[in-house]
Amino acid sequence: MGPRGRATIAPVEARARTPAGAAATVPGLDPESAEWLRELSGGGREAAVGHLRERLLRVARAEVNRRSGRLPFGGAELDDVAEQAASDATLAVLAKLDRFRGDSRFTTWASKFAILEVSNKVGRHFWRRDGVHLDPDAWERLPDRFGLDPGRESEWRELVVALRAAVEEILSERQRRIFEALVLNAVPLDVLVVELDSNRNAIYKSLFDARRKLRAELVANGHMDPDPANR
Amino acid sequence: MSAESRHEPNALEEFLATNQIDSGCARALELLDVYADQLVAGERPEERFPDLAVHLAACGPCAEDLEGLLAAIRGG
Repeated sequence: MGPRGRATIAPVEARARTPAGAAATVPGLDPESAEWLRELSGGGREAAVGHLRERLLRVARAEVNRRSGRLPFGGAELDDVAEQAASDATLAVLAKLDRFRGDSRFTTWASKFAILEVSNKVGRHFWRRDGVHLDPDAWERLPDRFGLDPGRESEWRELVVALRAAVEEILSERQRRIFEALVLNAVPLDVLVVELDSNRNAIYKSLFDARRKLRAELVANGHMDPDPANR
Repeated sequence: MSAESRHEPNALEEFLATNQIDSGCARALELLDVYADQLVAGERPEERFPDLAVHLAACGPCAEDLEGLLAAIRGG
């Protein structure tokens, strides 16, 4: 079904206008995607934008409900998150309409923006509400966090001690801060994104590099098995 | 260490292991819709996008977004 809720036979090729008004051709689209593009680019644009927002609001509401059991807030706060996510996702879809190439269905592509906005808004709401607090004793909980068996402490104690030393000695200040927040204190990544005024990719990359450095150090000092598949 | 002394890695050792083909979040999120549509269609996107498959196995937030998108597609 297209943006007006009816099944249509649309031309395989749709013409979508860029935000600046220039025309773009997207060949090989499925009929539903072609209809969405045509409606959002043509004379019925206002109604189509309304249908798009309604759809993205349904997606956002379903998503916050799906995540609700793991969030420290609910009720009206969740609905606010969904409303904001749907509005910003609608704007993002319209702004990027000229980049839609039909590699996925239009509704999947558009829904992605709603899901990503929910992640973003949940992280921001969490941060405003609770902030980021790092526990100075968090290292004591590391074994439990990774499910290390207390009955086999003799097998992992040396590794944990060496890891702590390596975190202090070889990570950069930023890597150490990210490691302590995400790994020791279980701060959600999207909350740390707000705290550090960064983005998910940059923080993931910092932690990725930190993991690689730590593992190399632990292998070099005989605390872990070397494995060519993991560098 | 000798082969005899090797043991099954615990969760901490598995966490520290990285895979160089990991796509990172930016590329994963760029292609998440394509990956999700292929999964729903019963195709094997991990073969076309092995770097995304590695990333989605390692990055909880991106995996969560994929789960949400799959739910959105299946929910219509």
